[in-house]
Amino acid sequence: MSETGLRDSSLHRHLPDRLEGRGARLVKSWESLLLAVAIAIFVANSFASPYFLNAWSLSDATFNFTEKAMIAFAMAMLIIAGEIDLSVAGIVALASTAMGAAAQFEVGVPVLILVGLGTGLLCGAFNGILVTGMGLPSIVVTIGTMSLFRGISYIVLGDQAYRGYPAGFSWFGQGYVFWVISFELVLFAILALIYYVVLHRTSFGRTVYAIGNNPTGALFSGIRVARVKFVLFLLTGLMSGVAAICLTSRLGSTRPSIATAWELEVVTMVVLGGINILGGSGTIPGVVIAAFVMGLVTFGLGLLNVPGIVMSIFIGALLIGVIALPRLWTLWRQR
Amino acid sequence: MSGFLRSREALLTLVVLALLGLIAGRFPAFVAPGNLAGVFNDTAPLLILALGQTVVILTRCIDLSVAANLALTGMVCAMLNAAAPDVPLAAILALAVAMGAVMGAINGLLVWTLAIPPIVVTLGTMTIYRGLIFVISGGEWVNSHQMGASFTGFPRAVLLGLPVMSWIALAILAGFFLFVARTPLGRAFYAVGGNPHAAVYAGLNVGRTQFWAFVVSGALAGLTGYLWVARYAVAYVDIAAGFELEVVAACVIGGIAIAGGAGTILGTLLGALFLGILKNALPVIGVSPFWQMAISGAAIVVAIAFNSRSALGRGRIILKRAEGAA
Repeated sequence: MSETGLRDSSLHRHLPDRLEGRGARLVKSWESLLLAVAIAIFVANSFASPYFLNAWSLSDATFNFTEKAMIAFAMAMLIIAGEIDLSVAGIVALASTAMGAAAQFEVGVPVLILVGLGTGLLCGAFNGILVTGMGLPSIVVTIGTMSLFRGISYIVLGDQAYRGYPAGFSWFGQGYVFWVISFELVLFAILALIYYVVLHRTSFGRTVYAIGNNPTGALFSGIRVARVKFVLFLLTGLMSGVAAICLTSRLGSTRPSIATAWELEVVTMVVLGGINILGGSGTIPGVVIAAFVMGLVTFGLGLLNVPGIVMSIFIGALLIGVIALPRLWTLWRQR
Repeated sequence: MSGFLRSREALLTLVVLALLGLIAGRFPAFVAPGNLAGVFNDTAPLLILALGQTVVILTRCIDLSVAANLALTGMVCAMLNAAAPDVPLAAILALAVAMGAVMGAINGLLVWTLAIPPIVVTLGTMTIYRGLIFVISGGEWVNSHQMGASFTGFPRAVLLGLPVMSWIALAILAGFFLFVARTPLGRAFYAVGGNPHAAVYAGLNVGRTQFWAFVVSGALAGLTGYLWVARYAVAYVDIAAGFELEVVAACVIGGIAIAGGAGTILGTLLGALFLGILKNALPVIGVSPFWQMAISGAAIVVAIAFNSRSALGRGRIILKRAEGAA
């Protein structure tokens, strides 16, 4: 990345004489803006398609983002700490393949879950060791492991697919806890709460921000920077494993091309949620709202029969747009 | 000369020769001149894109949109040829380079004027360019019978024993040796990546230099787009999907430092040849092509790990303490 620090000086911070009140800050925050956008999209969708405002279609819409959002929570913390993991989709593919291979031995559901989570943790640990242990740049390392992990799936599966998951396994991706509330939605909410508490209410969370803002300063303050980053890579791997369990259970089969290009959508979700791509700032509530925004956009476009690849144009434009617009605004105000 | 022998390029040359020797041991036909020329021709698109990627990485950026740029340009050239067979080849070549350069310029402008991290910009434009192929083609293929004979024949025409595609790659390679070593812009790529602050004091515009790197990379991707579509005589949405990773892999294996400012054109050539030979050798030695992806990934990881090891302790003492001075 190009943190030259030179061009950033043109976007220097504006320091006010005194801070605004809590309410004013809340209204002007990125999260509020995002919430307004989410509501607008919701209203637009309900006008655009008569099939939108229906408890079951809305419930279906949540499947568009719950799995990706689970990864996005961990990715948000990783990006706040100044690193990135582009191999998450590769981890999902590998974890799904490992579960599929295990299912061929007719093992029980708990074993499958352990295999999925274990594969995720191992992949995360591999990334973490390369980045923190050997001091390599995370962008390139995870570009490499992205093809390495998915490549292993291709070696194992080739053009074949794993099927034949045990009957109870389908509940994780297809089961409903209560009426239209799916298991995945409940898991999403629980994980959102856990990540909120960890990032915003614990000392571990504060160290993540400290590392992202100034790694050297954090090190001199007694924070074990390498260890914290390693834990964050582990978490990202683990959450990819969780997402792999949900996705595999929902699809009921595994192909090596599973979850293609998810890394892009996960990073877009995180950046849309107001996490600074250069690290140091952002919140979990922002990511949660961003997940809803992206889910509503893709679902609404789907109802209008827009093909998936055209939707990816919107996602790509969204990714660049949400970073570009505030910067354009700053440049324009400085004129 | 002794400097070269201890350099990474010498090591890489040995690795490439060892790889060839290993394959030749079991399949002597692989190293026959005719086959090696074929392998080089197969590697030409990778080499051309990797040269463009090299200058981008030298300036501390990365361009992940090259494969999508290639595919979009290729599709436009193929559709133009199918719709208007009378358009001369020179015009199509010019269009391909110009279109690629414009797409590279979009990347470059976002990086330069808005200071958005290059990885984010090119991840975004990668999906946008790829999606646009679907929009303009409607998901349809352009097949060989829709293309003109001169359109598909040009890269395959044999000139002095080598196909035109190989000659183009060689010409660009020669151009790059001069470009990065002998032109102000070429030196600026190194200066900007090596130390941006010092580059500013030396009177260089960091953002503008990065912009030009993206334009170069984009223009080469556009040119390769035409060559690719014409050579394989087919254009569809997914051509060269994931090729950007191979391109980055070739650069990283060739010793282009991802932190910018270090690496040579010779290194990129060797990195591309290494991957190209490996790719062509896999089916010969009976390994499933499904191994390709994992091997590229592993090669990237090993190469970065190796780069960082060799970069350690490379500091140069420029002020020696006077020995025995009181």
